[in-house]
Amino acid sequence: MGDWAGYLTLILQGAWVTVKLTVMGCALALVVALIAGLGRVSHVAVLRWISTCYIEFFRGTSIFVQLFWIYFVLPMTGLWSPTPMQAGVMALGLNVGAYGAEVVRGAILAVPKDQYEACTAVNLTRYQKMRHIILPQALPLMLPTFGNNAIELLKATAVVSLISLSDMTFQAQIVRSQTGNTIFPFVTILILYFIMSLLISTGMRYLERRATRGLDGVR
Amino acid sequence: MTEPIIRVQDLRKSFGTLTVIDGLNFEVKKGEKLALIGPSGSGKTTILRILMTLETISGGRIEVAGEPLYHMQKNGAEVPANEAHLHKMRRHIGMVFQHFNLFPHKTVLQNITLAPMLTKGESRANADKRAGELLEMVGLSDKAGHMPSQLSGGQKQRVAIARALALNPEIMLFDEVTSALDPELVEEVLIVMKRLASETDMTMLLVTHEMSFASDFADRVLFFDKGKIVESGPPEQIFKNPQEERTRTFLRKIIAAGQHV
Ligand SMILES: Nc1ncnc2c1ncn2[C@@H]1O[C@H](COP(=O)(O)OP(=O)(O)O)[C@@H](O)[C@H]1O
Ligand SMILES: [Mg+2]
Repeated sequence: MGDWAGYLTLILQGAWVTVKLTVMGCALALVVALIAGLGRVSHVAVLRWISTCYIEFFRGTSIFVQLFWIYFVLPMTGLWSPTPMQAGVMALGLNVGAYGAEVVRGAILAVPKDQYEACTAVNLTRYQKMRHIILPQALPLMLPTFGNNAIELLKATAVVSLISLSDMTFQAQIVRSQTGNTIFPFVTILILYFIMSLLISTGMRYLERRATRGLDGVR
Repeated sequence: MTEPIIRVQDLRKSFGTLTVIDGLNFEVKKGEKLALIGPSGSGKTTILRILMTLETISGGRIEVAGEPLYHMQKNGAEVPANEAHLHKMRRHIGMVFQHFNLFPHKTVLQNITLAPMLTKGESRANADKRAGELLEMVGLSDKAGHMPSQLSGGQKQRVAIARALALNPEIMLFDEVTSALDPELVEEVLIVMKRLASETDMTMLLVTHEMSFASDFADRVLFFDKGKIVESGPPEQIFKNPQEERTRTFLRKIIAAGQHV
């Protein structure tokens, strides 16, 4: 029985790697999504163009390829040699951030034209308009899709085993090959992935409630 | 001495191939209360929106407080205005919309104080104090902490008026501010407007379908049709003794619809 505790510890160590990848990947994705999403609706053509290129590129190529490029090809340029963790976070963040950017753009455009005009009438600058009026109203519209994106990111973390990072899936494979037992490791990670995504969706629902509270009066 | 505060010269505005305003000229004196009336689709809203810089113009020239609105000086030549110039010019002008356009995620108080704090650098204390006075004036002192969604239409519109006034513009534009309201809520907004008109020396341009209100409120009435001024004059003349056949036709229709003129 002591063996199983040891194997479980291995899987939990992997789970910790998966959690770190998910949290940091989501943080990066969020920042990138906001920047690129704002870039998409900027009045500066160059910013729109750069954002569009980024979004199309990262949505149009697979996350496997992106991970390989960041981990294997980027060091060859001599610019930066990321650790496996850094490469994983970057690939996940940039990939999911590209999808998130379109969500940000859509939400910004979904704020009624009336609101933009009211900002002009009280003479807010473009920055003040975005910061104080448009983004706070766009945010509740983004959150449900952001929740889905975060869960997609969690599910995509398993790709990092390809660059020998010992995430949860990777550790489950190790346990399976060492014990010959398939059911134990895979049932364990099934449950763990499910708990993690449940935590994400619960957290997002809480945020959604908070963010929409003001909009329809007291809730 | 009485340099007009608004001067519109040969203004033209098209939406695609549809010409809405075609060679419009008028002036507004400082402190004047002007009512714009006319059939729906005649371009009244468009004129206010142009003055609020919510549209672009297709031709002509507008001066506000002696400066061109849609043009600016650059290297001795007059060029189309950039955002910085428009921003500067907007300080002269405020607008109240037909559908209020309050910020739904801000409280009543925040709706009023946000812009003075952001655009004029007013302290929160000063902005709150001024907002308190304005809320009292529009009769909503007890609603400062409410969200817009908790207010009736008439209350929303009174908050919108307070929000515009908080910036102390010299010119206020009102676009059919009562026409989105239930009939029983119209009066409370009109009362506020009448007070404003009699107690301030602000220049006011008002688009309205309430002819008796226009008559009380305005020093001068412009009757519009198809983007042109058909007739203009003091309310007694326009409403009691219109000179133009089109004005008479319009007023007959209004009276037939049940309004007193
Ligand atoms: N953004 C727009 N695009 C196209 N046509 C417009 C637009 N805004 C107004 N119009 C047209 O311009 C004309 C004048 O509209 P408007 O100024 O709203 O008239 P009013 O306020 O006198 O009823 C109408 O025919 C209207 O359909
Ligand atoms: Mg109109």
